[in-house]
Amino acid sequence: MTLSSAHVTATVAANPVTISVLAGGNDPAKTKFATALATAFMKANPSVTVKVETRPGGTEGDNLIKTRLATRSMNDVFIYNSGSLLQALQPDNQLVDQSGQPWAKRVTPEFRQAAGTARGLYGAPVSSSFYGGIMYNKKVYAKLGLRVPKTWNEFISNNQKVKAAGLTPVLVSYGDTWTSQLLVLADFANVSRQAPDWAAKYTANQAKYVNPPALAGFTHTAEIYSKQLMNKDYASLTFVNALKALATGQAAHYPMLTVVIGNVMQSNPAQVNDIGYFAVPSDSGTPRATVWEADAAYIPKSTTGEKLKAAEAFVAFINSRTGCDIQNSSGTVAGPYSISTCKVPANAPALVKDELKYQASKQTGLALEYVSPIKGPNLEKILIQVGSGISTAQVGAGLYDQDVVQQAQQLGLPGW
Amino acid sequence: MTTSKPVHRVKPAAPTQRSPRTWSTYPLWFFVPVLVLFVVFFAVPTFSSFYFSLTRWSLFDSTFIGFGNFVQFFKNPQLYTSFIHTLIYAAVTSGSKIVLGFLLALLLTSPVIGKGYLRAVVFFPVLLSTIGVGILFKSLLDPFHGIVNAALGVLHLPQPGWFTDPALALLTVAGVDIWKGVGIATLIFMAGIVAIPGEYFEAARIDGATPAQQVRLITMPLARNATVTVIILSLIGGLRSFDIIWATTGGGPGFTSDVLASVIYKQYQAGFYGLSTAGNVVLFTLVTVLMVPLSYLLNRKQVEV
Repeated sequence: MTLSSAHVTATVAANPVTISVLAGGNDPAKTKFATALATAFMKANPSVTVKVETRPGGTEGDNLIKTRLATRSMNDVFIYNSGSLLQALQPDNQLVDQSGQPWAKRVTPEFRQAAGTARGLYGAPVSSSFYGGIMYNKKVYAKLGLRVPKTWNEFISNNQKVKAAGLTPVLVSYGDTWTSQLLVLADFANVSRQAPDWAAKYTANQAKYVNPPALAGFTHTAEIYSKQLMNKDYASLTFVNALKALATGQAAHYPMLTVVIGNVMQSNPAQVNDIGYFAVPSDSGTPRATVWEADAAYIPKSTTGEKLKAAEAFVAFINSRTGCDIQNSSGTVAGPYSISTCKVPANAPALVKDELKYQASKQTGLALEYVSPIKGPNLEKILIQVGSGISTAQVGAGLYDQDVVQQAQQLGLPGW
Repeated sequence: MTTSKPVHRVKPAAPTQRSPRTWSTYPLWFFVPVLVLFVVFFAVPTFSSFYFSLTRWSLFDSTFIGFGNFVQFFKNPQLYTSFIHTLIYAAVTSGSKIVLGFLLALLLTSPVIGKGYLRAVVFFPVLLSTIGVGILFKSLLDPFHGIVNAALGVLHLPQPGWFTDPALALLTVAGVDIWKGVGIATLIFMAGIVAIPGEYFEAARIDGATPAQQVRLITMPLARNATVTVIILSLIGGLRSFDIIWATTGGGPGFTSDVLASVIYKQYQAGFYGLSTAGNVVLFTLVTVLMVPLSYLLNRKQVEV
């Protein structure tokens, strides 16, 4: 720690300088994390003052970030998604290339791809990567003598046993519309296993959701409804309450992103380790886990001179030993790290260990948003229609194929 | 009824005679500040939005693509349903506001006990923030934890999913909109009714007109000005309606309560800035095409009366 902070101090100029950092959102976990980092950094670099600012999450945040970049008024460091959302910021024109930084050699190749372009690496990883799939209650599984399913049919039969025991088999939480997408988005590693060039074909307007293998996510969503395997308040349940129901064993499964384990730490700390993870079961019986890459810290081109040096030092600090300790203690470890300097702590939530098994056996694949820029804006609404019986899986997938045309044309992709 | 109550001696509305044009005593350049504000905050954004609707616009740069956005906008699979929803929503909300507003205005201009209090009650929702109202009703009408369905459950009545049932969502939002907006309509009607000279009612009563006849033959025709205002304001409001829908259902479940404005907003959210600007131009055109002839028609008939 002393070594790395000494190194950091040497690169920052002696003159006092103030930089501003835009946190990755405005929820308590993200604000607390950014503030803790800033405080530790200022302690190690007394000549630098770091001001933390927060922003809305979701699409409001996307538009705020684009507006600030376009008007050259972006904070000196900002934390934001990697993958297709980063690509929409035109990183080559807007952001400072950090591929020459010492930490850049230590990031995983997947992260390098997700936080950069052919011309540079623009972001340093912030927090861990996370997986999409099924979060399940281990105590319910033990009580009912269930085994982690590999095929979709095994999953359905597990669900029927859970239902017979009087518990909710699958939590569906359309009160927060984005949660409707998980059976489709988290199935993508299974799609890319069957058709390794699916994403490339999809981007070139040659593969469609309306056809297998991608259709599976839609039919699975419809099947949960048609077999009535979800909670009866599915139309209004919020994701926070769904997590509570999962943690307390009122329900067995929740298709989700493992990053939300941080919320369980807040709401049900005693039950965190009752929750496990498995990949979305596939028809083939060899399911792969879908991986979401870590968020990243970026520096806009409008930051120059002394401020740029201080900003680069701050970004490097995030993955220093102190930075890693803060990441581990702030409760955001939801999967393996994307950089070799940070290690998953021994006391990480139980579901992280489940994820690491997939990583160890190389049964993982990146989510679609890291391999294609196309994501239609209405997927969550369409899946609510499919998952509430308003339209069939086939119709929903067809609507979504129409929906992405807008996105592809707005991006000016060839072939649309 | 025969005892004469103090009748408002309102002078009959002045005939629309205009005094010969007198030149303002103020010099013309007094208008310059307002003109600058108008140009900077209205004219420039309006005309630049017409330009940006013809571009593929990423906030960082824009490429001119002609009418591509409009073609794309009209190909949107949700456009047709959202258009129908917009018309249903505008018709239901403005129709109800006219009828309810008129009835409430009749009640509140008549000698009823606690008139001042009732007027305040009717007008109060207008003062609330729309988003606040949305959040409030979302929690009141929650199908499982809301107080309304809890009350219905006690009475053994069905407990519908107000905002979550695809068949009900749009009408529920319209209901909330009516609750919030009827106060304005009532206020305008009250102003119109109070302005009717009391002699007309007095004369009608002497001739033996029933209260219903007075309403039908005196109040309704003479409050026509107010009716026209309410129709036009509430229809424009209904066609452009967005905030209450966004706060309660977000256009859902699925797309069952999506209106034009929410489709446009979702395109903006998704980062399709040129496309959503094109949508706004379409909405602007739709409101103009519907409202200008309607306003002309309503106001012309008014002169004939």
